[in-house]
Amino acid sequence: MVSMNQSVFLNLVTAVEPCDDVECCGFFFGQENANHRMITKVMPVNNSAKDKRAQFEIASGDYLNAERLASKENMQLLGVYHSHPNHPAVPSEYDKKAAQPYFSYIILSVMKKKVEDVRSWRLDGDSELKEEEIEITKIIN
Amino acid sequence: MATVIIPTPLRKFTGNSSRVTIKANKVSDVVQELTTNFPDLRKHVINSDGKIASFINVFVDNDDIRSLNHEQTEVRENSTISIIPAIAGGMC
Repeated sequence: MVSMNQSVFLNLVTAVEPCDDVECCGFFFGQENANHRMITKVMPVNNSAKDKRAQFEIASGDYLNAERLASKENMQLLGVYHSHPNHPAVPSEYDKKAAQPYFSYIILSVMKKKVEDVRSWRLDGDSELKEEEIEITKIIN
Repeated sequence: MATVIIPTPLRKFTGNSSRVTIKANKVSDVVQELTTNFPDLRKHVINSDGKIASFINVFVDNDDIRSLNHEQTEVRENSTISIIPAIAGGMC
């Protein structure tokens, strides 16, 4: 399961809603305890793919920065998010082929600049992306 | 000894170590030593020809080895070698 509070979730939504005709992407960080991942930070990065309407790629420099930030702030780099404009939040064949071990992959379906669905996926073994539950927690003052 | 930074997704294959030190003169030696010490890393780092896989980028300090001398890039005692998995995907 992956969890995040409403504020972090809003950061995620805000990062992708402007992207109505291209895929937006980024990293997220937090802590892992047993099989529970708590996301505490989101880091949008540039989509460096040639065809941004249907693909995303993250440059090596941005990846290095994400690893360095995780190390500096004592967080885990937990995974990658990207948007699917006008498509469901399910992994494509390309998503499955490119998936890395360990990482959670959050996919946000964006329809007319509104996030309509958010789902998370993680490799089970080496080959299959399986869905994992997402929990959005309330902030209690 | 050069320091190799293991990316988060591959740390489960190095006993959760994020850094490994290796004595080597060039990048190909680093990869050879690394995958010998951690055999489960092999299929995630090198291809069937024993070369660095196309979906892996390697930096020596802040430079991509593709802009240097590829696998023959020199490694010094104080070099930091970063192994970077390609992060990509999308609707098609």
